[in-house]
Amino acid sequence: MKNNRYIVIVGCGRLGSHLANHLSRSGNSVVVIDKNEPTFKDLSPDFSGFRVHGDATQMAVLKEAKVNQADILIATTHEDNVNLMVAQVAQGIFRVPHVLARVFDPKRMEVYAQLGIDTICPTSVAAEMFLQAVANGAAGRRGANP
Amino acid sequence: MKVLIVGSGKTLYFLSRNFSARGYQVVIINRNPEECIQLSRQLTATVVCGDGSDDDILKDAGAMGADAVLAITPNDQDNLVICQLASRKFSVPRTMALANDPDNAEVFEKLGVSGFSTTHIVGSLIEQRASLEQITNLLPVGEGRVNVTEIVLTGDSPVVGKLLKDIDLPENALVAVVIRDKKPIIPRGATVMLAGDRVVLITLPENHGPVLKAFTGERL
Repeated sequence: MKNNRYIVIVGCGRLGSHLANHLSRSGNSVVVIDKNEPTFKDLSPDFSGFRVHGDATQMAVLKEAKVNQADILIATTHEDNVNLMVAQVAQGIFRVPHVLARVFDPKRMEVYAQLGIDTICPTSVAAEMFLQAVANGAAGRRGANP
Repeated sequence: MKVLIVGSGKTLYFLSRNFSARGYQVVIINRNPEECIQLSRQLTATVVCGDGSDDDILKDAGAMGADAVLAITPNDQDNLVICQLASRKFSVPRTMALANDPDNAEVFEKLGVSGFSTTHIVGSLIEQRASLEQITNLLPVGEGRVNVTEIVLTGDSPVVGKLLKDIDLPENALVAVVIRDKKPIIPRGATVMLAGDRVVLITLPENHGPVLKAFTGERL
């Protein structure tokens, strides 16, 4: 895997800052966009990327972050609709080759999958893991008391 | 016609009132419970309280049978998603999204949603009105049954370069005087209209608008 890609991360919350720190440390050029400036404090001291303060649903802000040059855009804000809009704009208008959006609402995810937007749904992922853990736990107990 | 409007505030209220008055069936989706109670008291519309970009709420509001969905919330991302869900999941034939950021009107169109920007609309209205400043001296004569108007011809006027007799003027209108370089000319059929001419027109109230339009090319 190449580690010198240009990656735009929208939202600098717990997930966004974690991804930004990680991807920056492994040698990528990272730009983080967030509309609340104080969230940038979650970036680690060795984060070598850029910070753009602004609302990513505005074209001007995406242009400032040079989204047109990005290899990857990841939309991680806590608002599904922001992530979906930014992902579509990045893919449809700025022609970013790889776009990922976090979407909490599994029902909304289906529609955007049809539109060709790659989404990750933390709700579904967590549910799956819980179910698996429950299944394993149950299996384990059955194993202990045959 | 059944119209579903997602939004809040005065725009939502007056739009809903207008549509209801025209006999449309209006359904409102609004997130704020207190505003919902107010709206349902003031309007004949059906009010659904919730997030318009949630498909359960759209379903409750009867999106399936709606003829049009109008998303006018203060958040562009919500307006976009509401319209996309309405057209993709509920097959609503017409959807329109308000672009609060004027740049997003174009973005919405590119993403397949018809968008409009009130900033654009109001801005161009103001420009239109302001550009009508070339029309001055509106002077009613004879108890308002005759208007005397002066228009300064700009380069983009449709009459510039034309002979007076070739200008398609409505009936009962007269080009009384053309003032060119401060010199008044009483025009004849062979007088050519030039940019910068100050044209004094005599019109009747009923043809005033069309006559001005013939000289400015603008819709009044």
